[in-house]
Amino acid sequence: MPNLFQFDPIQLPPEAEALRREVREFLAEEIDRGTFVPYPVDDYDEFNREFSMRVGQRGWIGMTWPKKYGGQARSFLERYVVTEEFRAVNAPTRSHFTADRQSGPILLKYAPEEIKLDILPRITRGECTFCIGMSEPNSGSDLFAASTRATRTDGGFLVNGRKLWTSNAHRSDYMIGLFRTSAATKENRRHGLTQFLVDLKWPGISMRPVLHPTGKHEFNEVTFEDMFVPEDHALGEIDMAWRQATSELAYERSGPERFLETIYVLFELVRVLGEKPDARGAEGIGRLVAQLHTLRRMSISVNGMLQAGKEPVQEASVVKDLGTNWEQALPGKARELAAFIDEDEGNRARFDELLDFATMIAPKLTIQGGTREILRGIIARGLGLR
Amino acid sequence: MSESTGSGDGMIADITTRILRDLADPQTVNNARDESWRAPLWRALEENGLTLAWVGEELGGAGLPLAESFQILRVAGRFAVPVPLAETLVAARLLSAAGIQPPSGPMTLAPVRPRDRFTLDGDALCGRARDIPFATEAEHIVVAAPADGGLRVALLAADGVLSASGKNLAGEPKGVLALDGVRPLAAGIAAGMDGDDVLYLGATARTVQMAGALEAILDISVAYAGERVAFGRPIGKFQAVQHNLAQLASETAAAVAASGTAAEALERRTGSLFLDVASAKIRVGEAAGVGAAIAHQAHGAIGFTKEHVLHRYTHRLWSWRDEFGDESYWAVRLGETVAAAGADSLWPSITAA
Repeated sequence: MPNLFQFDPIQLPPEAEALRREVREFLAEEIDRGTFVPYPVDDYDEFNREFSMRVGQRGWIGMTWPKKYGGQARSFLERYVVTEEFRAVNAPTRSHFTADRQSGPILLKYAPEEIKLDILPRITRGECTFCIGMSEPNSGSDLFAASTRATRTDGGFLVNGRKLWTSNAHRSDYMIGLFRTSAATKENRRHGLTQFLVDLKWPGISMRPVLHPTGKHEFNEVTFEDMFVPEDHALGEIDMAWRQATSELAYERSGPERFLETIYVLFELVRVLGEKPDARGAEGIGRLVAQLHTLRRMSISVNGMLQAGKEPVQEASVVKDLGTNWEQALPGKARELAAFIDEDEGNRARFDELLDFATMIAPKLTIQGGTREILRGIIARGLGLR
Repeated sequence: MSESTGSGDGMIADITTRILRDLADPQTVNNARDESWRAPLWRALEENGLTLAWVGEELGGAGLPLAESFQILRVAGRFAVPVPLAETLVAARLLSAAGIQPPSGPMTLAPVRPRDRFTLDGDALCGRARDIPFATEAEHIVVAAPADGGLRVALLAADGVLSASGKNLAGEPKGVLALDGVRPLAAGIAAGMDGDDVLYLGATARTVQMAGALEAILDISVAYAGERVAFGRPIGKFQAVQHNLAQLASETAAAVAASGTAAEALERRTGSLFLDVASAKIRVGEAAGVGAAIAHQAHGAIGFTKEHVLHRYTHRLWSWRDEFGDESYWAVRLGETVAAAGADSLWPSITAA
């Protein structure tokens, strides 16, 4: 069988379980002190720099990185536990999570030593925020159509063009941007793109918000006009970004954040259905829990492969496709299962509020970070069909 | 299924694959005009110790670790093996746990439906169970009866107590076991086991078989999509077909992961055993339904014929998902357990697994 299916059962090591207790205590304290509530509310802001700095003090940002860069040299499975515990209570991780998950690892692999020593420790302290400059007005799923240009100049490059759907750019310190340094070649349309580290304070950058249908400000349009990037801010080989993207995708697509985005709906559903649901309610809960449990085992298995130094891109795509479809369908299923819970008896006010929130956020879950269609294309390639 | 050998599944899987490729090739069995393949196949399985993999060495078995030797059934699923290998393995495991020497020859077991019950009063075995798999092929049947101090396990000759009651979707004989004070050939107590253990073993066996069958239909569907040409190119070049097969691959992956988790839990007797087995039977059953439908769609009309092997897999997938508790049975039980523990216990119990 193709190794697409090596989802070996992996047990979390004892140190991960000890860590889980620490994390739970920390999160309970933060909830107690009013930092956040364990579910989304209307004015919910997932960006909280002070909270991120307290997380950093615990050593839970960049925790798999080497100690000389501020990391803890801990395992991916320990990081997994931290990530899932934060997600399960909807903790505000926006300020540090992108850097923790993918920007940091890219810097670690491709940035010059000076930059690593400067920026990575600040990430681990929760002091700096990253965004990802990949998508453009005419380049979303088709990443290699990116046209924002970085043209050679004295000592570096001049960047011109636009990035779009850039989550959180308006509150970020840095971007890792994908810019065109050469034209694509006839033989390889993926050729000619380079990743750069961009300090968002540099001159030549302007931003415009692009609001969610609900009015929430997450996305931005970022415009570059003759922005200068010094030579040493190019990450990895010039023109060869396509070769570097591989491991990044495995990190980005396999984590628990790919199926826990609407999990509060399930918790609240169990609450409103009560201790003795009828067969319909019980069956509905049972199926959802079985699906969640299986997704989690698969995700842990992929993180075990990351820990073993593999690049499980196919497996990560499977986890993200199954996981995002699940978290997207969850509000609809919960809506049906709670249909006969009476408002007076069941006290479903909070359930309804959370259901509305999840229903409205759901469409983006199978778009961001690789659409369903792209993922299925990757899986089909793994099957040898493309 | 050339990819299945030497794939890192382990030695026991490789041995099973070699035997089944020689003696239970699905196309050969499908084309066969008689049952002459059956006796040599069973003999080879027995001679290589596969039927007694879970029996302790002191009772003449191989005493293999559970999780590893579940690979036998994963491979059996890849070949849609039409003999009671899973049933014999589970039955022998129960006998072994009760200190009873398993007989040779195919066995089956009861109960298979979660609500069927037996009692052993002194020497007299009473109860009734339906849907017993391979009822007319088994030479012996192992009956499990919950009792104080452990599970009572009894061995009976199948003759005279097991009666045929039709066939499952794959055309395999089903039967009814009706016992009214029957004396078993042997009986004993499987200490530390209860009625649920029979269900756990049987359900996990079925999920592993289903995972194997899903791997096989993924394999043959991908191969077919690469060969079959329509509109001037292999149908596997069409995005719609690619995406369907990608979904089949993901469902297969979920089935492999869920069944593997249940097999591990059974071996290690973890506290999450119920959650793991229930989740596996639910999730793999769902994958079987979705996966079989996609495989048929990919094959078009040729897959909907007697001559093609696809039905050997899809019909078994549909049957296996019903046995040892279907998705609804396990989901209601799991849902009731979760609800009784309360919303705040859900996340801690999932992460304790």
